[in-house]
Amino acid sequence: METIILFAPLVGALICGFGYKWIGETLAMWVATGFLFLAAILSWVVFVTFDASAHDGGFYTVTILRWIESGSLATDWAIRMDALTATMLIVVTTVSALVHLYSFGYMDHDPQWRDGESYKPRFFAYLSFFTFAMLMLVTADNLIQMFFGWEGVGVASYLLIGFYWRKPSASAAAMKAFVVNRVGDFGFALGIFGIFLLTDSVEFAVIFEKMPELADTTVRFLWSDWNAANLIAFLLFIGAMGKSAQLLLHTWLPDAMEGPTPVSALIHAATMVTAGVFLVCRMSPLMEFAPQAMEFVVFLGATTAFFAATVGLVQNDIKRVIAYSTCSQLGYMFVAAGLGVYSVAMFHLLTHAFFKAMLFLGAGSVIHAMHHEQDMRNYGGLRKKIPLTFWAMMIGTLAITGVGIPLLYVGFPVGFAGFVSKDAIIESAYAGTAGGYAFWMLVVAALFTSFYSWRLMFMTFYGTPRGDKHTHEHAHESPLVMTAPLGILAIGAVFAGMVFYGPYFGSQAKVDKFFGTHEGGAHGEHHAATNVIPLIAQAHAAGDKDHAERAPQKAGHGGIYIGDDNTMIHDAHVVPKWVKVSPFIAMLLGFAAAWVGYIKRPEWPKAWAEAAQPLYLFLLNKWYFDELYDAAFVKPAQAIGRFLWKKGDEATIDGGINGLAMGIIPFITRLAGRAQSGYLFHYAFAMVIGIVVLVTYMTIAGGAK
Amino acid sequence: MSADLNIILPEILLSLFAMGALLGAVYTGKDKLALPILWATAGLFVAMAFWIGVSGDTDRMAFGGMFTDDAFSRFAKVTILLSAAAVLLLGQDYMTRNDMLKFEYPVLVTLAVVGMMTMVSAGDLMVLYMGLELQSLALYVVASMRRDNLRSTEAGLKYFVLGALSSGLLLYGASLTYGYAGTTNFAGIIAAAEGDISLGLLFGLVFMASGLAFKVSAAPFHMWTPDVYEGSPTPVTAFFATAPKVAAMGLFARVVHDAFGGVVADWQQIIALLAVASMFLGAIAAIGQTDIKRLMAYSSIAHMGFALMGLAAGTAAGVQGMLIYMAIYVTMNIGTFAFILSMRRDGRDVTDIAALNMLSKSHPTHALALLVLLFSLAGIPPMLGFFGKLYVLQAAVDAGLFWLAVLGVVASVIGAFYYLRLVYFMYFGTEGEPLDQAMPAIQWVAMVGCAAIMVLGIVNLFGIEGLAAAAAETLVR
Repeated sequence: METIILFAPLVGALICGFGYKWIGETLAMWVATGFLFLAAILSWVVFVTFDASAHDGGFYTVTILRWIESGSLATDWAIRMDALTATMLIVVTTVSALVHLYSFGYMDHDPQWRDGESYKPRFFAYLSFFTFAMLMLVTADNLIQMFFGWEGVGVASYLLIGFYWRKPSASAAAMKAFVVNRVGDFGFALGIFGIFLLTDSVEFAVIFEKMPELADTTVRFLWSDWNAANLIAFLLFIGAMGKSAQLLLHTWLPDAMEGPTPVSALIHAATMVTAGVFLVCRMSPLMEFAPQAMEFVVFLGATTAFFAATVGLVQNDIKRVIAYSTCSQLGYMFVAAGLGVYSVAMFHLLTHAFFKAMLFLGAGSVIHAMHHEQDMRNYGGLRKKIPLTFWAMMIGTLAITGVGIPLLYVGFPVGFAGFVSKDAIIESAYAGTAGGYAFWMLVVAALFTSFYSWRLMFMTFYGTPRGDKHTHEHAHESPLVMTAPLGILAIGAVFAGMVFYGPYFGSQAKVDKFFGTHEGGAHGEHHAATNVIPLIAQAHAAGDKDHAERAPQKAGHGGIYIGDDNTMIHDAHVVPKWVKVSPFIAMLLGFAAAWVGYIKRPEWPKAWAEAAQPLYLFLLNKWYFDELYDAAFVKPAQAIGRFLWKKGDEATIDGGINGLAMGIIPFITRLAGRAQSGYLFHYAFAMVIGIVVLVTYMTIAGGAK
Repeated sequence: MSADLNIILPEILLSLFAMGALLGAVYTGKDKLALPILWATAGLFVAMAFWIGVSGDTDRMAFGGMFTDDAFSRFAKVTILLSAAAVLLLGQDYMTRNDMLKFEYPVLVTLAVVGMMTMVSAGDLMVLYMGLELQSLALYVVASMRRDNLRSTEAGLKYFVLGALSSGLLLYGASLTYGYAGTTNFAGIIAAAEGDISLGLLFGLVFMASGLAFKVSAAPFHMWTPDVYEGSPTPVTAFFATAPKVAAMGLFARVVHDAFGGVVADWQQIIALLAVASMFLGAIAAIGQTDIKRLMAYSSIAHMGFALMGLAAGTAAGVQGMLIYMAIYVTMNIGTFAFILSMRRDGRDVTDIAALNMLSKSHPTHALALLVLLFSLAGIPPMLGFFGKLYVLQAAVDAGLFWLAVLGVVASVIGAFYYLRLVYFMYFGTEGEPLDQAMPAIQWVAMVGCAAIMVLGIVNLFGIEGLAAAAAETLVR
């Protein structure tokens, strides 16, 4: 079954991409979509029936083939199934299947193409290929396979960002995404090399068991000594930074919005960009032994969450707002992962996938209705025109801003998906940093999140129509293939947080159970309940289990590794009440500000912007990162490139080769031709010269020693 | 004595056949019998090749070490006989057409082949010289087969005069060697030439090497090659380019290993110099050529440079590489000459490379086969020619001659130019008057067959790798 899940998208991609000429466009697209739905359904089956305790070590492996065997490097191509993989499977296949369906409507009659051009099967094939690569990544049982999937999604992302290849900006964005990711991948690759160097293996099952040793190993790298675990964790995190658009390597993500909106929903919101979070969680056995690297992860995640939220405040392009929001939410996830609550990071990843995909698809629906107009300043009053989309966006906004009922607990907190998972992160941040930097950054970011999300809603759906009248008159609700996925995602956006609270954040015991971090039976009372449904159904047992009872986890066991002194989940549950309420208050403040600014007093934002002109420009220009990089990297690189091209390649190499090939060699050729005079005595003379040279040479250099 | 005769039985039989055919034809039908004799000769060559190929795997000496029959000589003989047979058959159509098919032609070729067989089996300076002269004299005559043609006679004369000079050098070297070693027997010379050899012996070595270099047309003793190749009738050129080269190279290997195997370092320098000079001269001078026969002359000079590189390594691997290289070289040349022999326009033979223009349009199959052959000659993977070069380069590197290997690669890059230029003419040239359609079946089979070998041979080189290794093993001990 796991194999079918993995290969169904590939088969779909191949049939759709190469076969559409024979089977027709529509059928090809349905084939790709059909295979994706098959994969999605099977993924849910796998997720629901997954029982970590039934397998030794909390995971099992499905070997597909022997992949590489070279010296001591030997890896299989295999699927590692554990709770982490199962979670990613449902996220990836569900969103992907819905996006496939949605694309039927969105990509129809795209103005980027002329009549009669075939572009849809290609689009679907890319989407399916992306899904395959992403599944390769999440099911990997070793680092090489993961890297393969990692690069595969990179390629798919490149192809899809640049899908509108007639637009120069789209091509440039595709290249930017690819190049920036190269920086991250360099770190990732170094990390893999480092692990192979130190453990002589790349298979998770083997390397995880050796991680404790790494913590006591010192390696020499870049002229100084480093703690091996910290160094490798840091290098791997650089890879994660690139893929997940964390600060410093985040610049490609907003530009990636040049791609079609379904792509933004699938790749640049729900799945690919979360690969970095997945990587950190997957490598939790390493991360647990790399406290300094983890501190850096927390710091960078919190900073990114804050930074992206500030930039999101002032963006006018509807997709860019959501893109910065994605960047910011990824920061939340990294904070959770960095603090050691990997399950919470995965929890937010799961809920975020639902509501963020939904926001993007909703935005796509708005854009579709408005004839590919993306500037929110030209929207307004669309609530009546596209009611279904409005309600979908409303649910998405309620979810991302974290609307819920604080302090109410009926076995789980009551609220939208984002409320539950984001609060879990913020509570963890308080517990993990004793109310320090990360906690405050996240709370402020929550306030900003609320502001820009509501700003988006108010500018788009409320107020009076702005911009082109004609466009507004023709605004229409999207077809069923586009609204149906919104409906399904809406269910997730509302309930995912409450439903999955137990196994991801409910209590240490439940998390241990779900992720199979211990051999079955360590905790008597939950013995029967190990897979996800009973874990959801169980009411939260009286208080958290005392952490002291937790037996040490064996390295290499379970979907995630939770170190012996990692009591984060317990700690997060016992934070002060005001901490638990703080994100809710932040949300209310943000909402109030947005309401005042965009409903009550629409003239105020302009005044605010003018009053704080420098700050406004600073934010509008995204903290000038692009300009900074342009000056620091792009310009010098271009200068070096131009120098090497003009001076190095053209003048030196081409000039040298040309001089040799068109000057010197023909000269010698002419010389040889002249020597070949046809006169016998010339020939005989040459022979005599030859023998004289040989004899002289031998006499001087050779024999006469 | 009868045991000795038994060992040289193939040579005796061939000589008897040559004399019999000569006498028989003179007293009966003369040139009317030319064709049957030619076929009979070719058939006999193939039968002999088969016989020698399967007969015995023992090393035998005849006449007190003057004549050697070992794996090395058998490998060389089989190559010589098969290539000679192929070239005879290929040229038959051309000879008939130009009214040149005299009955002496196959007889002379047979005698030349006997000479070559003697050369590669030589175990004594006397036998060496005898085989060499038998071969050379026959070749001088066939070069000027076309007596009424000025260029053909000029070619024969030039070849003869320069050949005589080279024989002089060789003989001088041989007498020096005899004088300082006290014997003409290789087994005796190798005993005398060990450690620090005397200057006289060294001079003998250098002079003999020069004489042999003339035979393999290695620079700077190559000057005769382009003129003779161009002037001789094309079938004779094809013959020159194949069997005698194998024989001369075999003899070269035999002399340096059997007679001077104890002083590898001394002759390694000479051969390496010859190799470098040949590779570069062949590659560079060929660029200016417009006549395809002259072009092939320079091509063969360059190829001999590569074969000498294998020899220069001075190891068994080097000799093995040299033998493989020669076998591949001969095959490539047979295929290419099969095409050159068919180059005609309005019934007249042409040799200008401009005639290849847009061959792909008029003769797509020929063009494709020739493309494969030319790529192979240039040493472009995955054609077999690349593997030939790989073997000798590998041997040179293993022997520590990095500079030689590097220069060889550079030379092959330069040399690739003129092969690729032919391909360019064939596929992207200007439209011109096309060549005639007709191509005799034998030539077509030879050309396409050789091209196919160039592609299919990469699987296992048709097993010659092992044979060449065994042959090299017997020579380098």
